[in-house]
Amino acid sequence: MLKKLLIANRGEIAVRVIRAARDLGIRTVAVHSDADAEALHVLIADETVNIGPPAAKKSYLNVEAILKAAADTGCDAVHPGYGFLAENAAFSDAVTAAGMVFVGPSGDAIRLMGDKVAARSAAAAAGVPVVPGSTGRVAGIEEARHILTETGFPVMIKAAAGGGGRGIRIAGNLAEFEQAFPQAEAEALAAFGDGGLYMEKVIGQARHIEVQVLGDGTDAVHCYERECSLQRRRQKVWEEAPSMALSDRVRAELCASAVRLAREVGYSGAGTVEYLYDDAADRFYFIEMNTRIQVEHPVTEMITGIDLVAEMLRIAGGEKLRLRQSDIAVRGHAIEVRLNAEDPVNNFAPFPGTVTGLRLPGGPGVRFDSMLYAGYQVPPFYDSLLAKLIVHAEDRDGAITRLTRALGELQIDGLKTTKPLFLALADDPGVRAGAVHTRWLEGWLDAHAGAVAAAAQL
Amino acid sequence: MTQILSPLPGTFYRASSPDKPPYKADGDSVAVGDVIGLIEVMKSFHEVKAEVAGANVRFAVDNEEPVMAGAVLADLD
Repeated sequence: MLKKLLIANRGEIAVRVIRAARDLGIRTVAVHSDADAEALHVLIADETVNIGPPAAKKSYLNVEAILKAAADTGCDAVHPGYGFLAENAAFSDAVTAAGMVFVGPSGDAIRLMGDKVAARSAAAAAGVPVVPGSTGRVAGIEEARHILTETGFPVMIKAAAGGGGRGIRIAGNLAEFEQAFPQAEAEALAAFGDGGLYMEKVIGQARHIEVQVLGDGTDAVHCYERECSLQRRRQKVWEEAPSMALSDRVRAELCASAVRLAREVGYSGAGTVEYLYDDAADRFYFIEMNTRIQVEHPVTEMITGIDLVAEMLRIAGGEKLRLRQSDIAVRGHAIEVRLNAEDPVNNFAPFPGTVTGLRLPGGPGVRFDSMLYAGYQVPPFYDSLLAKLIVHAEDRDGAITRLTRALGELQIDGLKTTKPLFLALADDPGVRAGAVHTRWLEGWLDAHAGAVAAAAQL
Repeated sequence: MTQILSPLPGTFYRASSPDKPPYKADGDSVAVGDVIGLIEVMKSFHEVKAEVAGANVRFAVDNEEPVMAGAVLADLD
């Protein structure tokens, strides 16, 4: 078992990791920037180290300062959380080279899954369905034309070295394609120094469904799926487990495919295999694997009773998987909503400031993961996630009702937050029916500004 | 002497990206509505537009430095 853990992160996930470590009797070291001296993760850790100025690249992304803090405090492990350095292969390698354990997969596994083309090839090799398209980099326009016979239109042309929605073009017909392909090649070369492209069928209307896996480097299990179809600007805002759309047969196939991929790559730690699910065709397609704990992991914890962060720490400490697949079962339904410091009535403008008062929700089936406390000053330098409200009930209807109840109890004074959005969504017949897809929320927001504004007045 | 104040708290940038020249070089003139920098607030970027005009701009905050709302970003003659 690990003895002393440095948490290379901030905010609610740093708090979450400290809690799991404490529960296992592992000592904790929090690192923080000048702007986070009063942050909750700093207040509750056993030891703290200031690693630099507010800008993330001078503190939370400063590998040298973080490794020095870990060495100076005698840590034997580093947990990266999510974001920042969590999927930085060089950081994983550097932690290992410094003689400590990186709580996550090897640098090689991160590199493999971080390269979209290599990840897709690994998925195909493991028998995981992938979106019809090129099997790797497209050699040139001749091969590209041949691939069109499989994808049809519309087709997406992506830069192999791109990311976060950059370097993507969509062609609706052959004429557009003939024009877009050479342009995309030139752009990718200019933007990323790598003109490599790949092609993918555009799935019109799909749900985002992802499978939680745990691996110990040899064996792997799944902890069922989450559905995260409610997104704004490709950011998840509301997540559930299990998905409301899958039949038992498709669920079993989906989860088994994720385990095959984890085993294929010898995955170690907690990971998430992400898919698009096309309702109309009843087909799922691999998108990518995230090699970290995810923001929405608590919904899986609520329905399975597994502490995923604690399992990560046990695996990092050298233990084999404690759970067999037959030990893992789903009970009830869970929903998480992300309370961001944003004003949903004003185009989600960021709203840093001081929490002048705080009233927390509680009672049966309610969990609140956050770094908030009364008097806390939310700094403007980092992302806007303040808290995650997670509810669990016997079924999805019960969970939505409980969400409304818990949101009513919650009061965060001094800031604008996305709470009114979730009050309005929980009251929406479309959400109740679960008839959603990844572009549903943006359309809903255009049509329901009034409902959100009314909820903000409550 | 007039001043340009930061409308928001966050991180101040003098250029639209690291490989671009700054919006305004020291000593430039500034007209009302000119963009003089960006403020990054919670990972979103907001242009800072001058609400006053003046000559010989002198920045009081370095590139990529944290600022509070209302902080002086630049002085003008």
